[in-house]
Amino acid sequence: MAVNFKEQESIVEDILNVYSERAKKNRKEHIGINDKETCGTCIAKSNVKSLPGVMTPRGCAYAGSKGVVWGPVKDVINISHGPIGCGHYSWGTRRNLAEGEPAVENFVPFQFTTDFKERDIVFGGDKKLEQAIKELHELFPTAKGIIIESECPIGLIGDDIEAVAKKMTDEVGIPVIPVRCEGFRGVSQSLGHHIANDSIRDFVVGKGEIDDSKKTPYDVAILGDYNIGGDVWASMKIFKEMGLNIVAHWSGDGSIEEMKITHGVNYLLLHCYRSMNYIATHFEEKYGIPWIEYNFFGPTKIKESIRKIAKLFDENIQEKSEEVIKAYEPKMQAVIDKYRPRLEGKKVMLLVGGLRPRHIVGAYEDLGMKVVSTAYEFAHNDDYERTTKEVENGTIVADDMNEYEFVELANKLKPDLVASGIKEKYVFQKMGIPFRQMHSWDYSGPYHGYDGFEIFAKDMDLAINSPSWKLVKPLWKK
Amino acid sequence: MKKEEVKKIKDWMSTEEYKEKNFNRKAIVINPERACQPLGAVLCAAGFEDTMPFVHGSHGCVAYYRNNLSRHFREPFAAVCTSLTEDGAVFGGQANGFEGFKNATALYKPKMFAISTTCMSEIIGDDLGSIVGNAREKGHLSEDIAAPYANTPSFVGSHLEGYDSMLNAIIETLGKKTDAAKTDIINIIPGFETTIGNINEVKRILKIFGINFLVLADYSNTLDSPLNGEYKMYPDGATKLEDVKNCLNNKATVVLQKYSTKKTSATLSEKLGQDVRIVKSPIGIKATDEFLMTLSEISGKEVPKEIEGERGKAIDSMTDAQQYIHGKKFAIFGDPDMLVGLTGYLLEMGGIPKYVLCSNGNEDFKKEIEDLFSAYSESEGEVYIDKDLWHLRSLVMTSPVDMFIGPSHGKFAARDAKVPHIRIGYPIFDRVNIHRYPIYGYSGVINLTTWIVNKFIDILDDTCDDAHFELMR
Repeated sequence: MAVNFKEQESIVEDILNVYSERAKKNRKEHIGINDKETCGTCIAKSNVKSLPGVMTPRGCAYAGSKGVVWGPVKDVINISHGPIGCGHYSWGTRRNLAEGEPAVENFVPFQFTTDFKERDIVFGGDKKLEQAIKELHELFPTAKGIIIESECPIGLIGDDIEAVAKKMTDEVGIPVIPVRCEGFRGVSQSLGHHIANDSIRDFVVGKGEIDDSKKTPYDVAILGDYNIGGDVWASMKIFKEMGLNIVAHWSGDGSIEEMKITHGVNYLLLHCYRSMNYIATHFEEKYGIPWIEYNFFGPTKIKESIRKIAKLFDENIQEKSEEVIKAYEPKMQAVIDKYRPRLEGKKVMLLVGGLRPRHIVGAYEDLGMKVVSTAYEFAHNDDYERTTKEVENGTIVADDMNEYEFVELANKLKPDLVASGIKEKYVFQKMGIPFRQMHSWDYSGPYHGYDGFEIFAKDMDLAINSPSWKLVKPLWKK
Repeated sequence: MKKEEVKKIKDWMSTEEYKEKNFNRKAIVINPERACQPLGAVLCAAGFEDTMPFVHGSHGCVAYYRNNLSRHFREPFAAVCTSLTEDGAVFGGQANGFEGFKNATALYKPKMFAISTTCMSEIIGDDLGSIVGNAREKGHLSEDIAAPYANTPSFVGSHLEGYDSMLNAIIETLGKKTDAAKTDIINIIPGFETTIGNINEVKRILKIFGINFLVLADYSNTLDSPLNGEYKMYPDGATKLEDVKNCLNNKATVVLQKYSTKKTSATLSEKLGQDVRIVKSPIGIKATDEFLMTLSEISGKEVPKEIEGERGKAIDSMTDAQQYIHGKKFAIFGDPDMLVGLTGYLLEMGGIPKYVLCSNGNEDFKKEIEDLFSAYSESEGEVYIDKDLWHLRSLVMTSPVDMFIGPSHGKFAARDAKVPHIRIGYPIFDRVNIHRYPIYGYSGVINLTTWIVNKFIDILDDTCDDAHFELMR
């Protein structure tokens, strides 16, 4: 089907007309129409400051460090260092599930904070932090590490958390790790991922002893799976069936002890490129461990990914991998047979973070659905480079899309489903448009792996085909 | 870790010894039920006509407030910010303020920006007054758009102070006292109230009374808007700006929460000459009686027969259910005004508010609870201020209760204590529609009694042996 680029361009132009000339020029660079022939990284300008006042969907560096990368590591204590709010808002709201006895083996469901008051701002909080670490060590003696996640004031008042961390590491005998993820750093949560990766590089990687007698040629680590609604468990099931030995999973249901021995693996399997490419690159450069990106959303991409990964290993793994693909095919076909007729041709608009604006596209296509626009909260050039290959020509691709643009675009594209976050959910539902939260899987999941696809398909169907949507207009207004 | 080892440690965490250690901590706060000031400020802003909450700070903060408020209300929540970054820390945030006003005006066309701050803009020392003044002067902020502003540093107080400061700023900025005769309208200030049903219940009572009223910060419609196929960023039914302008000429102001309105109440009575009546949140029979008496006194109208009838029905519902609450022990936690109300209600039912724990209560609050204990000769009740839910866990693991009442975050300690947990307060993230039902007024008494008692009966049915699985309860 020929793509009418002119039509798409005029849709975007219309939406941008409301802005001042300067703001319009700025936003225009962030919204492109996909054209695989001509477009590489040029599709959308990215990773620059958001315009003030536009209602950006973006979060901050603290959210990227504490919320995304460090938060899911279950055997460490994350201190939200600073005033009360940040830790409160990010408490239990990301659905990174973890197994293990809470308060003994698992500290994920907690909110630990130094709860800064005015006097801490005026006199500094280093002493309070020291005291807090001592108390934590006494109250939670099994914690394997303490992570200091800086909130905005820490950097502004000039506290020396690095010195506190160093001193307290010696005193309490477990790693105390400073993370400079003040919310004003960078332009989005993305810098927070990078800062957290760097802190792991500096304080964790390579610190564990590798037991050579336990090494196998099939040792791998998963990077960039945060176990939202159980994702990492659904993914690990497949890798195990392929015959791979998972030494560590970062960071969903993960542990610092596993992170310390990750340098002993043969390959790194990277799901969320955006949030963990930094540490993957470090492993490659320092330890020569290759990393490979994969996509476990929907059977088409899962199959491609299994084969891509299997190629790294011997015939034994390759054979097993083919068996895995074969074994799941009837089940996946049954899912598609059940849901595709109900979802065929439905139009989807996406605005998510990390890997999802491109990685989920294949899963929708497996169900016969069409992604008409996709947008990232905090992507970089290399994300857009990857995106252009994954979406069809003519798809509108946007960077840091704000609420105004998202709503206007929906008014023009008339999607059957919008897939984005909690801030967007109720906006579109008020418009009578079915919606799924694609950060938290809307309290469902997993969506990764073969098991996840079945749930994903069911969820998209229940969102779009719920009988409630037919009730929106009353009899007297029809 | 080995299972036995894990169990040993977890058991130790339920001992008196651990409790003592836990209560001795001075620096670390663990699972506090308390948010920061700007969240309260943006919530307050949502109660006014065509108003855009405008936060001077980084966008991460605003993303958090919007997320959390959307999760609680299950509604859209619009708010913008100045997206401060590192250079804001160096050069100040005025330029971002100017651009923020311009962009938000072009896109979202508000009648008012309700401006608040974050820790960052407070620490770098930005002056909101001059930013707003300069923005007007330079044409970045239209004279047609009201722009009240409040300092809401996250390192002081909690969401309650933020709500208070924003409301205070809006009334002070917009309110115009004139020489005109007082109206017969009564201002109602609900406070940081996230049970939408409570605001609706108060309005219903006032209507039955035949009292003309104005709710100040009325988000009972904007955060409970109809799904009809149209998205309105500013849904109908918020407090009109014109009405705020005139509110100082209204007859009196009734304040339904004491601890989230300190500044506003003082401004109204001391500076602006309003007849301000601060009542206890009308939770339980006595507090509701007092609220109705206050209304009667100010309006000169008798308490309507219809409401008196409702009172009798509520008491009827309590006595029908007495046996299931009398002597039962409760752990309650959350915001202070709600806790005063719940303590009163439980005491009226013969229940024991064993632990009343408030992460943002002060000495006044503590005394108020202690006075309630004395009034009912309740010797087992304990009240804690500046404590968190990890303290509460130590309390319930060493001397148990039968039920938790409070916001969702209490669920972790309730699970460890193996007791049921009724969700009331802010935030509720894990139950649907609860916030639509009032706990205020006589209707609220029936709702509370229904939830608490039926929960106990459900547990009895779920756990009893066959012989005791009886038809009648």
